[in-house]
Amino acid sequence: MTTHNNIRFIQGNEACVEGAIYAGINFFAGYPITPSTEIAEHLASRLPQQGGKFIQMEDEIASMGAIIGASLTGNKVMTATSGPGFSLKQEALGYACMAEIPCVIANVQRGGPSTGNPTHVSQGDINQARWGTHGDHAIIAMTASSHQDVFNITVDAFNMAETYRTPVIILLDEVIGHMREKLVIPDPGVIPVVKRLQTSVPKDVDYHPYLPREDGRLPMSDFGGEHRYNVTGLFHDMWGFPSNDPKIVRGLLRHLVDKIENNVSDITRYKEYWLDNAEYVLVSYGAAARSSIHLARNRQARGVKLGVLELQTIWPFPAELVREKCAGAKAVMVVEMNMGQLVAQVKSAVDTPDKVFLCNRIDGELISPTDIKTALRMIQGKGV
Amino acid sequence: MKQKEFNFKDYIRNRYFPHIWCPGCGHGIVLGALLRAVHELGLEKNEIVVTSGIGCSSRISGYVDFHTLHTIHGRALAFATGVKLSKPSLKAIVPMGDGDALAIGGNHFIHAARRNIDITAIVMNNRIYGMTGGQFSPLSGSGKKATTAPYLTIDRAFDIVDLAKSAGATFVARSTVFHATESKDIIKKAITHKGFSVVEILTQCPTYYGRKNKEGDAIQMMEGFNTHTAKIGSKKLENNPNLIQRGIFVEDKTVPEYCEAYDQIIATAMKESL
Repeated sequence: MTTHNNIRFIQGNEACVEGAIYAGINFFAGYPITPSTEIAEHLASRLPQQGGKFIQMEDEIASMGAIIGASLTGNKVMTATSGPGFSLKQEALGYACMAEIPCVIANVQRGGPSTGNPTHVSQGDINQARWGTHGDHAIIAMTASSHQDVFNITVDAFNMAETYRTPVIILLDEVIGHMREKLVIPDPGVIPVVKRLQTSVPKDVDYHPYLPREDGRLPMSDFGGEHRYNVTGLFHDMWGFPSNDPKIVRGLLRHLVDKIENNVSDITRYKEYWLDNAEYVLVSYGAAARSSIHLARNRQARGVKLGVLELQTIWPFPAELVREKCAGAKAVMVVEMNMGQLVAQVKSAVDTPDKVFLCNRIDGELISPTDIKTALRMIQGKGV
Repeated sequence: MKQKEFNFKDYIRNRYFPHIWCPGCGHGIVLGALLRAVHELGLEKNEIVVTSGIGCSSRISGYVDFHTLHTIHGRALAFATGVKLSKPSLKAIVPMGDGDALAIGGNHFIHAARRNIDITAIVMNNRIYGMTGGQFSPLSGSGKKATTAPYLTIDRAFDIVDLAKSAGATFVARSTVFHATESKDIIKKAITHKGFSVVEILTQCPTYYGRKNKEGDAIQMMEGFNTHTAKIGSKKLENNPNLIQRGIFVEDKTVPEYCEAYDQIIATAMKESL
């Protein structure tokens, strides 16, 4: 039941905080950085109210380290940052991938590179989210274009972090982070919340922290519990002991990739608008999807068969879904606020890459429906 | 009840041995001092988390049969802060090398000290990067030879004790691997101390530092730790005030410990949200 107590008029960053609380966060470590700071500010207030812990660390690297440490004692953890801070977190993020530590990293994107355009919108970290760390690994990265969806994907992010024992990245952008709109917080239980999977191995029986169950999941044992084991960023065997045995190295790397890439359909979240019989498809995400949907609604009213595929799971890239949804289109336009980061993925996913075009904006302003309409008219051969 | 006699094997992971340290390395003496300290304090193995970074000294975490977290270079104190704050009942011990603790990890070192979070940092200072093959560290000091200082170092050294004191550590001590029993007793006090404790232990790297700087073999280097140091308040120090001082420099029990202070925050927040 929805009562007025469940309704908020808030920023996207606060919607992310509400989602984290719904998902059971009890530890946050962070460092101030525009445009993500409100996430830290609100959790500094909210977490201790329910016995959770908030700590402002000395830098972004330390924040990432602290949440990994806190996850190992059995907590649901998150940090929040933006571009430059996300760069700093990459080494420890790779550690969390390698040591399979559940954690959530919110990156409220701003213009880059470097200090860039801190108070303006960008979606320039799509590739950093995928390839920011060294070495091979898979990653989950999610995004959203409305506050209700920010809430939902934040709960999803915490759930997937537990299910797959992996860091999950929430890629918001400055517009979504700072815009205010309505959020209805669901009652407890409406959205399922995944609890930490604890080992059932009893005391004094060997527990193998890195031996997957038949279903591929790795039950955990909290630091301070009955099972003592080693956690390392080195390649390691099922005990967590370092190893450079080629079989173990290959097996672990395959496991780190396969546990995510083999579950793309379970991890994929998306929304579609007017895609049935669409002649033109806009593929978009985050704030850019809002303008895409606005334009498509407007064009539909004028009889143009324009649909939108809004991706909420960016990584692992849902190539099969994109291929399927774009199959009947005359042309596909990827609408994003960068130099064309996701368009490359879409081109490689569809049957005819030549029909995929980029519609972007890179000046720190939100891409508008008019921007998209102009690009669409050029594709349609109608002139500007 | 009389305490069980100390046996190394009760505290190590046999599977992990032999260790990676070179013959003559001082790190094993620090490991021995740490395990004896834990034994004499009667701590349960399940209540100890050893968090380390990267380097020769950081390998200690794998060798000991506690909860162990072998992290990334320089960041052990940040990870340990997350462990400790999220579960304050655990004893957090962080063995570090001098480069790990004070070059790449220098920021975390001073901030952990400033917060006074209850973590015991043991800095195993051999004044060199050993694992990468003998580059100078911020503790080498000037006029030293290293693979990255073929014409001698011009960098000055930190004084770990002074740095820890100024950053606000509430327990600061120094010993050497020549003084194994003293090291053990100091580590015991550091673990027991409620707040951020820094124990610097001078240890030898005969393979790189000793060889490059003509300080002799492991035994000669250890004897040097005896000759060049003196206990605080000793006659030896009085006669030669230029010697490196050993002992406990700070033991301040008046500063609130971070996790306990945070419990007060929780109490306040819960009251205000009612």
